[in-house]
Amino acid sequence: MEIPGLINYWAVVVLMMAGLYTVVARGNLVKKIIGLNVFQISVFVLYITMGKITGGTAPILAEGIRTYSNPLPHVLILTAIVVGVATTALGLALVVRIQEAYGTIEEDELAEREAEEGA
Amino acid sequence: MRLVEHLPALLVVVPLMAAPVCFVMRRPVAAWGISLLVSWSCLAMAVGLLALVMQGGPISYLLGGWAAPWGIEYRVDALDAFVLVIVAAIGAIVALAAKRSVEHEIPEERRYLFYAMFLLCLCGLLGMAITGDAFNLFVFLEISSLSTYVLVGLGRDRRALTAAFRYLVIGTIGATFYVIGIGLAYMMTGTLNMADLAVRLPDVAHTTTVQAALAFLVIGIGIKMAAFPLHLWLPNAYAYAPSISTAFLAGTATKVSVYVFLRVVLGMFGGTGLLKAAAVPDLLMVIALIGMFVGSAVAIWQADLKRSFAYSSVAQIGYILFGVSLLSTTGLAAGIVHLFNHALMKTAIFLALTAVFMRTGSVRIDALAGIGRRMPLTMVAFLVAGLSLIGVPLTVGFVSKWYLIQAAVEAGVWPAAVLVLLSSLLAVVYVWRVVEVAWFHKATEATMKVTEAPLTVVVPTWVLCAAVVWFGLDATGTMAVARTAASFLSQGIAP
Repeated sequence: MEIPGLINYWAVVVLMMAGLYTVVARGNLVKKIIGLNVFQISVFVLYITMGKITGGTAPILAEGIRTYSNPLPHVLILTAIVVGVATTALGLALVVRIQEAYGTIEEDELAEREAEEGA
Repeated sequence: MRLVEHLPALLVVVPLMAAPVCFVMRRPVAAWGISLLVSWSCLAMAVGLLALVMQGGPISYLLGGWAAPWGIEYRVDALDAFVLVIVAAIGAIVALAAKRSVEHEIPEERRYLFYAMFLLCLCGLLGMAITGDAFNLFVFLEISSLSTYVLVGLGRDRRALTAAFRYLVIGTIGATFYVIGIGLAYMMTGTLNMADLAVRLPDVAHTTTVQAALAFLVIGIGIKMAAFPLHLWLPNAYAYAPSISTAFLAGTATKVSVYVFLRVVLGMFGGTGLLKAAAVPDLLMVIALIGMFVGSAVAIWQADLKRSFAYSSVAQIGYILFGVSLLSTTGLAAGIVHLFNHALMKTAIFLALTAVFMRTGSVRIDALAGIGRRMPLTMVAFLVAGLSLIGVPLTVGFVSKWYLIQAAVEAGVWPAAVLVLLSSLLAVVYVWRVVEVAWFHKATEATMKVTEAPLTVVVPTWVLCAAVVWFGLDATGTMAVARTAASFLSQGIAP
């Protein structure tokens, strides 16, 4: 049961690496933001998974129920999602401004134009 | 209910509430007035807290009355209070100088945004320093980071945008690493309270989960404090941000991240024995020493002075981390006192550069030819802070270096002490080249027309310079606080 039981954690690792790779390898700034999002989402999955207990239900007191999932990580992730949305919004706003200022959002072209201006 | 009891919460809530007010006001002068008032009252509150802590020991404040470790606890001990005073003091001084510089560098319709972001950033940094909850720290980290990205992006040069974007990407990765680390630690201990984590982590220290948590935290916080070789976001962000943003960030942002490193990595993991097992101190010492040399050496070759002193910051973080890496009380005290000293002198330097930029429209070294005679007050202030960066006696820089070298010798790593001295010689070069251009080069036609900067910028710069000399002559006060903080930290570290 090791592998099916840990499937969420495997998903976390795959998402994390895919996200981080996208941030590093893609030259397009919007794609970088997408990569960053995937990377952050992997952490959301990590937190949500650790709060879940097999057979556990929502933490509401009721008769006949003994096992509850831990709600705290879920609440923490609500905060982290808000932070993620804010970061994405700010990142995209910066991309718009960069497009206006440079006429491109490709990293290599940006570097070229900045090199022309001198260090 | 006495107001004093609520100081820890007020310190964070006041700037947090004032920021939207600035945003709604829209009038730049009103927004400046609010941020001046708020930053000075924050300073008063922080100094009050430090006094309380030095007299009566650590203060614990339970948010909403929920008992720790379930509720969020604000915990103020000597280290927290010291960092709070550093941040609030730099904030207050910078707010004084902000009006004229913002008028000069930021278009009128965006000025109120600067003040709103400045207050949010102040709130985030103070929150990071005061909170005793690891996840709450992440929230404040993101408040300060997001506002910092805006503060950088407000720069006139279009390269400010790409610098802000790059900082956003790298900063978010750093913060996310921090959350992963905290999540893994929470997984094993079921608590987010830092004091509680420190108690529970040693029992589960043998698990790979906790070891992975430590790795994620070290890298995540390392990015935030711009430790070599994770500093790549810093030079452009400092160089292209509005001058006044740079002055504020250089004195506070990386310092608070170093505090987080002390609190989280040493405070939480100190008792697990993992630090020594994973060779964290050795690693830290090596990157600190390389950082000192690389940062200072690169600083020498930069034509843009803001960029040059940004690299110098990387080197200075190296000095702080070197003290920390010794893990002894003396070493930690030296690191912590340099936190304060470096905040003073680097903010003074960047404020002087702000003044120069206001008058010459450039901080490239060739634009400063002969400026020493045209702007004597500014440039003498620059010189005082520069001498302190080198570590000349009678300045705070000397105090830091003295205790660092003492700690190194005490720990038996005298070659490292020699390296600290040698790297200071590099600082002589990058400070001297400015002095040479400013005083010994003939003034060009452009610099002949330059006049002294307005008093609202010169006076704050000189206040910092006075502090540089004052605490350089008499370091007993700052060292007493640093020693208290360091002995508290080093008690928790397993031998």
